[in-house]
Amino acid sequence: MGAELKLVVFSLGNEEYGVEVDKVQTIERMMPLTRVPKTPAFVKGVINLRGVVVPVIDLRERFGLAATEYTDSTRIIIVRQQSIEVGLIVDSANDVVDVDEDQIEAPPEVVGGIRAKYLRGIAKLDDRLLVLFNLQEVLNKDEIIQLEQLGE
Amino acid sequence: MESNQYLSMFIDESKEHLQALNDNLLELENSPSDLSIVQNIFRSAHTLKGMAATMGFEDLANLTHDMENVLDLVRNNKLSMNDHIFDMLFKSLDALEAMVNDIVEGGSGKLDVQHIVAGLKAIVNGDSAPAAGSPSKQASADLHLSGGLDQFQLSVVEQSLQSGFHVFVIRVRLREDCVLKAARAYMVFDALERNGEVAKSDPSVQDIEQEKFDREFTVYYITKLDGQTVEHMIQDISEIESVVMTPIDAKALAQMREHSSSASESKPDSNTGRGAAQQASGANGQAGSQTGGQAKQQAGSRTIRVDIERLDTLMNLFSELLIDRVRLEQLASELQKQELTETVEHMSRVSSDLQNIVLKLRMMPVETVFNRFPRMVRDLAKNLNKKVELIVTGAETELDRTVIDEIGDPLVHLLRNALDHGLEDTPGRIAAGKPETGNIYLRAYQSGNHVFIEIEDDGRGINRDKVLNKAIERGIVKSEDADRLSDHEVYQLLFASGFSTAEVVSDISGRGVGLDVVRSKISSLGGAVTVESKLGEGTKFIVQLPLTLSIITAMLIRLANEKYAIPISSIVETTLITKEDIRIVQGMPMVRFRENIIPLVNLAEVLEVPNHELDDSAEMNVVVVHKGEKLAALIADEFIGQQEIVLKTLGDYLNRLFAISGATILGDGQVALILDTNALIK
Repeated sequence: MGAELKLVVFSLGNEEYGVEVDKVQTIERMMPLTRVPKTPAFVKGVINLRGVVVPVIDLRERFGLAATEYTDSTRIIIVRQQSIEVGLIVDSANDVVDVDEDQIEAPPEVVGGIRAKYLRGIAKLDDRLLVLFNLQEVLNKDEIIQLEQLGE
Repeated sequence: MESNQYLSMFIDESKEHLQALNDNLLELENSPSDLSIVQNIFRSAHTLKGMAATMGFEDLANLTHDMENVLDLVRNNKLSMNDHIFDMLFKSLDALEAMVNDIVEGGSGKLDVQHIVAGLKAIVNGDSAPAAGSPSKQASADLHLSGGLDQFQLSVVEQSLQSGFHVFVIRVRLREDCVLKAARAYMVFDALERNGEVAKSDPSVQDIEQEKFDREFTVYYITKLDGQTVEHMIQDISEIESVVMTPIDAKALAQMREHSSSASESKPDSNTGRGAAQQASGANGQAGSQTGGQAKQQAGSRTIRVDIERLDTLMNLFSELLIDRVRLEQLASELQKQELTETVEHMSRVSSDLQNIVLKLRMMPVETVFNRFPRMVRDLAKNLNKKVELIVTGAETELDRTVIDEIGDPLVHLLRNALDHGLEDTPGRIAAGKPETGNIYLRAYQSGNHVFIEIEDDGRGINRDKVLNKAIERGIVKSEDADRLSDHEVYQLLFASGFSTAEVVSDISGRGVGLDVVRSKISSLGGAVTVESKLGEGTKFIVQLPLTLSIITAMLIRLANEKYAIPISSIVETTLITKEDIRIVQGMPMVRFRENIIPLVNLAEVLEVPNHELDDSAEMNVVVVHKGEKLAALIADEFIGQQEIVLKTLGDYLNRLFAISGATILGDGQVALILDTNALIK
């Protein structure tokens, strides 16, 4: 038996994803966004999270998946990776599960349209498959800069 | 070790003492015969020694001890200051500073200071050394005379001596970091009274109980025990720094009787005498530091040290309050209920007073940065073999702590520049018909929402041609453009990167990496730096800094559905223009403003505001903003109004944004971005 891992489960399209509970600050309903000019399209803007200004990115657009309308079940998961605090817009977030480290396998090249670089692995639970994010890469600032340069 | 909790206090205080030592030494250098300055230096050194010894930093304590020996000779007129002694003392200070810095960085404060110690010892062992011993001996004799016992107490002591009791004068000194002084003193008395009788105590028992004493007290103690036992008994109590026992025998008593009538006059004498005696015996207490300690206590009662993090928290909480205030004001004006409006108005007034106080709490005098400059200038001048006087004014001017923390290095650069490039060397000054000693003025003053710091020298001034030639050589300016540049523009070239006009690259001003770094540092603080100069007469650098970085007044504007804040400090004017006012110059829309034709910026287009259409059928709102002397007009859909806003960062994820310097939260909870108009002016 490996170490237990607690994951917040959220969904994008038909896939279910997991992010470590200790990286998650809070989960919020959709709230008004202030657009920030000249940022990549997936940066949706900034929100007022109880007095703190937090940038929010749309995870679908971040990975080039088809954008959808925001609904009642849309959630913003506020995550923190080192000094970076960011809100992730996901289709829904509704569960917390315990996963054994042993249940996590290396990710295949592409899952649900997302390249392996952004993934930490895949957790196989009894009846479901959870894709684990590599937050470090997802929130990689250098990549924003590259994207900006491409856009110019 | 238990003293760990006192370490940060020790570091703070030793830095203060080092600074005081530095300042006083510089002052002494100007008026070497002023012994009151020597006293001050001595006190600082002594306190430092005591603190270092308490904290177990022996090298630090030993070095200060040797400095103290030299200073002691000076203050007793046994030695007069000369250049060599000054240099030695400054060297010691540098070593002390290095040690303290080592401690700050978690080291043990150890440093090899043998040569300095040897140097100091050599000074002490000069001709004046033997004479130094004599006052101490005299003083120790005086100790017995420092009676202060009245006739009744004297007879009690006499009788006790006759019936075979021992009588001691015991001086107990508590440790500097002792928190409950009265409690410790009580424990001493308790221990003493179990085995004897306290005939008299100085200060009185009542005063001691109320902590009305500095760190030490003296008791006359009658007991059957011998001196050693008593001493051990007292030293077993914790937080006692030293115990000095002086036995009183019949002979001493006789002397005391003799002097008791003139006790009042002899008392002050005996005080200093006691000091000298103790200091000669190497113990950590003497009159000088007593008075020093008292003075500090008085100052201490008026100020307290506060962790800067708490101030930051206070500031954050207040920001929240400010946002709610704006919200309340909005609600009140919507609801039109008089009682509510009155309450909100009152709350607004209180909170703006509160805001002033909170902002003031974060303000520090620029002195905290300036005070290291006199020493630096002195050393540099010696290095360069120039004669320089630094004249500092307005050191009490206050700036936000964040600015204070950052402004030191740029100012050092500018001062070095003035010394190295600005001022001529002595022969050069004589040739130019100027006094040998060059002046550097360092001035700080507040004007409106800004603080200005000027560094001016009366040196050779900036040579326009030299600067231009260099700039052309470095490819910063094209030779055909050279003549068109105004003097002001030429001087600004000094701030271009990779520019240095010094003919010899010196180790003082570096390799021309200075001024561009200065400029970028200052602009990152929201400030600006300009230079004025007259050839042959001198150069003046003017640094403009914002008073505070956390709450600013801004103009809120609307672009379609988006709101932006423009800091008032960058706004020149708001005005209205019509389509007819716009003319196209070289494909760029321009507009007349006062005497100038300035660029017109369609803000919504630049910021890519969605669903925005420029309505130029009627009059348009424009905000004229400036960056230095350059102006631009920005088109806004609507002016919402002027507001105090709290600056918030956008976090680490979004940095290096175009034309956005931060964000603020409006009364309705929405986030509005703060425009960095500098990016919009080319």
